[in-house]
Amino acid sequence: MQFSQGTIEKRRTHQKRISSQSSIHTARKKLQWREQSLGYLFLAPSIAAFVVFLFYPLVRSVYLSTHLTDPRGRIAAYVGLDNFTQLLNSSSFWNSLGVTALFALLTVPAGLVLGLITAYLTHGKLRGMKIFQWIFSMPVVLSVSTASVIWMILYHPSVGMLNYLLGLAGLPGIQWLTDPSWALVSISLMTIWMNSGFNFIILMSGMQGISEEIMDSAKIDGASPIRTLISIMIPLVSPTLFFLTIVSLMHAFQAFGQIQLLTKGGPAESTQVLVYSIYKEAFINYQFGTGSALSLVLFVIILLLTAVQFLFVEKKVHYQ
Amino acid sequence: MRSIKLLHTSGLYAALIVMSLLVTFPLLYTFLQSFMTGEEASAYPPHFFPSGLYLGSITQVLDMVPIGTFIGNSFLTAVIITAGQVVTASLAAYAFVYIRFSGKALLFMLFLSTMMIPSEVTIIPNYLTIRSWDWLDSYQGLTIPFLASAFGVFLLRQFFLQLPRELFEAARIDGCGHIRHFARIVFPLSMPALASLSVYVFLNAWNMYLWPLLTTNSDSMRTVQIGISMLQFEELTTWNLVLTGVSLVLLPSLLLLAIGLRPLVRGITAGAVKG
Repeated sequence: MQFSQGTIEKRRTHQKRISSQSSIHTARKKLQWREQSLGYLFLAPSIAAFVVFLFYPLVRSVYLSTHLTDPRGRIAAYVGLDNFTQLLNSSSFWNSLGVTALFALLTVPAGLVLGLITAYLTHGKLRGMKIFQWIFSMPVVLSVSTASVIWMILYHPSVGMLNYLLGLAGLPGIQWLTDPSWALVSISLMTIWMNSGFNFIILMSGMQGISEEIMDSAKIDGASPIRTLISIMIPLVSPTLFFLTIVSLMHAFQAFGQIQLLTKGGPAESTQVLVYSIYKEAFINYQFGTGSALSLVLFVIILLLTAVQFLFVEKKVHYQ
Repeated sequence: MRSIKLLHTSGLYAALIVMSLLVTFPLLYTFLQSFMTGEEASAYPPHFFPSGLYLGSITQVLDMVPIGTFIGNSFLTAVIITAGQVVTASLAAYAFVYIRFSGKALLFMLFLSTMMIPSEVTIIPNYLTIRSWDWLDSYQGLTIPFLASAFGVFLLRQFFLQLPRELFEAARIDGCGHIRHFARIVFPLSMPALASLSVYVFLNAWNMYLWPLLTTNSDSMRTVQIGISMLQFEELTTWNLVLTGVSLVLLPSLLLLAIGLRPLVRGITAGAVKG
């Protein structure tokens, strides 16, 4: 009697446990489902913005690039790859690619060297370094339009400061922005100055990661500051230098404002970089089709640069 | 040994001063010109230093161009974009760090991929979209396309990952849900990262050029960057007024740099160390 009573009780509690377990199970499921939807809810604003203003436009760029449009941007006809073959056959396109590459060559290495020098000079614990760091960071707040306006006035051929200084040194003045052989150099000079703050900040942070001991031991060994820079500092910051090279190349390929403000692509298309061609094609000539084709060329270039960066990072991870 | 060290130190300071002068020369020139009278500025040979602190150019340029309106437009645009990115990026970063949901890795890849699309590629379709919605010359058109960025999500995600995990578990045991955990614990603790993101986004929005050039036409909606470049065409003869305008536009940015260099540096380098 007592025994069977016990088994019944046991059975009951067992049943209870099962039912409570299944209710815990459904509750957990419900909680999981709520957590899931909360996750998507938190991501929703970003995803919505990306879909409307990044992914859809990317697809539409591809679509536009295979069509002709009227000046209002409406599709006029399907032309297949005609926009692209037209590009490949136009000397203006190849010129603009060449100009962009030359612009990158003029700005990227010089910008890196300037950044290295300024960051190396302010690296260390001497008095007043904070002030110099602030000074060298300053150009980072410049916008392309303020920088361009300042340099437009500095470059003025007859009363500008630069030609006046050349005159003091006994040199003839330069037609900075109107001489086809000088215009791109002038744009590059101004761009190097405008980007110097960004380069300085990146390299300064890279150098901060390097231990004082290494630098001190080099000093004790009697290495000159220039030797220390070349044979110790540069190898140690090479990952930062590599990152900065890629980012600077991307910036160079995306340059626009200074050209639009200072030279409008001229004289004789000598400063017509890629993005300026896109702007001209789409918003001056209202050829949204060829403009989109050009912008896809830029997209491929940027994609290749990103790929190089990822491959390098991958390699670095493998070797460590 | 001692004399060599002294030589090095003085050489270092000499190099620093020369480099500083080279880098700051265009800015010094700009600021000094704004204190000159018209005659002084157009004198030849050109003066570098003004004879006194003449403030007439400032009032003159304010009378001539609606710089106040331009600054107001840019300021409002930059504030909306900054606030928008702080909200969207912190929500998304929170989801990626704390919330369990399926497809997380895939969605993260999707976010990653957006960083490879340069804005010049999307600008033609975006312009057509904004125009078809009748958003040209409006704050919506200037701000809404920029309310989310993957960069902000990465920056904040990195920071959230460093917050102590025990805090999250303790909050959960106390019955604190995700929304309260986000608003009461994670958000307030992330102020340094949020400051970095804000300074960085604000500066970029303030300096935006191509988009406002394409989407604004009227004086009442123009941003300061477009306004300042208009100045140059109208008044090239009295260019010290142009430079005064430039100084006025640069002032807020330099002020921001003075108070926010540290967070800005953190924001900029966040991109550099992600490898």
